Amino acid sequence: MTQKLSNQLLVAFYKEMLLGRRLEERIGQLYVQQKFSGFCHLYIGQEAVSTGCLNAIRKGQDYVITGYRDHVAPVVLGMDPGVMIAELLGKVTGCARGKGGSMHMFSEKHRFMGGHGIVGGQVPLAAGAGWKIKYNKEDLVSLCFLGDAASNQGQFHEALNMAAIWDLPCIFIIENNKYGMGTAISRTCSLSNLSDRAKAYNMRQAVVDGRNVVNTYNQMKEIVEETRKTSKPILVEIQTYRFRGHSVSDPGNYRTKEEVEKERSRDCLVLLKETMLAQKAAKEDDFEKFEEEIADKVDAAVAFAEDSPEPELDELYKHVLV
Amino acid sequence: MAILTLREALNQAMSEEMERDPSVFLMGEEVAEYDGAYKVSKGMLAKFGPMRVVDSPISEAGFAGLGVGAAMCGLRPIIEMMTWNFAIQAFDQIINHAAKMLYMSGGQYKVPMVIRGPHGAAHMLSAQHSQCVDHMLVNCPGLKIISTIDPADAKGLMKSAIRDDNTVLFLESEMLYGRSGEVPDGEHIVPIGVGVVKRPGSDVTLVAWNKMVLLAQDVATELEKEGISVEIIDPRTLMPLDEEIIFNSVRKTNRLVVLEEGWGVASFGCHIVDRVVKECFDDLDAPPERVTNLFVPMPYNERLEHEVMPTAERTIAAIKAVLYK
Ligand SMILES: Cc1ncc(C[n+]2csc(CCOP(=O)(O)OP(=O)(O)O)c2C)c(N)n1
Repeated sequence: MTQKLSNQLLVAFYKEMLLGRRLEERIGQLYVQQKFSGFCHLYIGQEAVSTGCLNAIRKGQDYVITGYRDHVAPVVLGMDPGVMIAELLGKVTGCARGKGGSMHMFSEKHRFMGGHGIVGGQVPLAAGAGWKIKYNKEDLVSLCFLGDAASNQGQFHEALNMAAIWDLPCIFIIENNKYGMGTAISRTCSLSNLSDRAKAYNMRQAVVDGRNVVNTYNQMKEIVEETRKTSKPILVEIQTYRFRGHSVSDPGNYRTKEEVEKERSRDCLVLLKETMLAQKAAKEDDFEKFEEEIADKVDAAVAFAEDSPEPELDELYKHVLV
Repeated sequence: MAILTLREALNQAMSEEMERDPSVFLMGEEVAEYDGAYKVSKGMLAKFGPMRVVDSPISEAGFAGLGVGAAMCGLRPIIEMMTWNFAIQAFDQIINHAAKMLYMSGGQYKVPMVIRGPHGAAHMLSAQHSQCVDHMLVNCPGLKIISTIDPADAKGLMKSAIRDDNTVLFLESEMLYGRSGEVPDGEHIVPIGVGVVKRPGSDVTLVAWNKMVLLAQDVATELEKEGISVEIIDPRTLMPLDEEIIFNSVRKTNRLVVLEEGWGVASFGCHIVDRVVKECFDDLDAPPERVTNLFVPMPYNERLEHEVMPTAERTIAAIKAVLYK
């Protein structure tokens, strides 16, 4: 678990997390400038979870699904950020041709089964991917992200039960950012350790510190390999925090300033930077270069999206049925 | 009379009823400490305390079912669904339990409960967050269904709904919580099952409810310039439906257009047309027309979204079609 990672991997992880962060900061600006509408749920603060987990799987082969906080995961899986932002802006070049928007990013090519707007609704779908893997005797896993509050949903429990009785290679990941909208998880769940929910299904469980991307990656690597080998599901609770409100229009008044400041002091990007400096994976001025490189990528993504055309009206009836 | 927004009118109705009857309580996601996702329950936690304004987990089937059980045991729950899109998770409780309990128990168990929240499209929320649920619920016997965005009607109908011994579903609209209108103070009751003539007219009957009433009014104003007089009927209650007010209007205008948000296949508009054709066949001068959402899931893109929803152009075309213009 404390195993060191190569300098090269650390740099790659840092850039990936920085890309997620800067993309979303820009998305927040685009929203405020009314370049798009609907809901906009930012992932800022949680980047180490995506990077740690999705680098532990075989990208493009293992299946991944998540909820509506879904701008970062597909990009980590390899989706062009321009295509992601084009979807946000409702453009036909977007990953769902402008029909899905912020909450519904999809990429079959990356085996990304989507962002989903119904809290908890994606969890049985992940069991379905697990079923397919087992059915075809494949050497793959199904990775499902959900929120802490989503683990109160009936569908979550039904899915875990099925995964457990049928030995489905599913990794259910509760991204515990401590809140479902404005409600602290402690007010809606009687457990303080969410991974204990696994006990009810005789399922393996694990807890991961999701601020430390090195730990997250190492621990997830083990979990993924174990799941691949045994085809037994596991419930993982990854502890994290969202720095912003539930959505861009939520000021987040239900949290104290002190709490947010304290949590921000464990910013996954800052922690990784410290590790990199200590391990001499990068020098102080390298970080400026990373920022420049990422800024260019973000600019290019936004430019692509803004220059892209709107869907034609005849797009309306496409894809209603096959 | 005070000028209140829709959210204030609903808040006032719930608060007055909770003051009057200690068995009424409000439960739902974010209703208490957050003051409601759309702030409909603002200030109610402070007024009534945490046993009567209750934050629930995100477990729609769970807390809807809890409501059914509590109602069977004598309480009068108001269950807030953050939006009706999410209440689809609770349809088993609503359809299999709430709606049928009285019947299945041979009249022993009443379920006096209100389930309320916004429905329909808001703005660029895509397919899972934009559904109209009227047509999914109206054909299940055992439910009363109210659909209004008028602040005064909302207050009066909410008070009736809370006092009703049946399960009453209340459909609002998240876009219109901030829209205001005159609302009578205190004991203002609007009976369930009574429609209203929103605008008198002589050439064509336009039946519309919920946010389609606003579109109907725009269209009527527009057509007035061309000398076409549109009578707008807002049934306010879908189940039971005030059929007489529609029949009377059609008997006067001899023409019917139904304007509804939501899909048009086997929709509530179909039911209205069926009833009118049966009861007013000899009075009709043209086959009735319906204006509905296009039969596709809601796209995210703004222009496509507008295209899916009923538009003024399509409504005007339907009215002209029944007028043979
Ligand atoms: C079935 C359902 N109920 C309610 C909502 C409204 N809603 C959207 S997000 C959310 C909070 C979810 O919190 P959590 O699962 O912890 O995820 P997080 O936002 O923390 O990532 C709620 C209540 C919804 N989208 N779907």
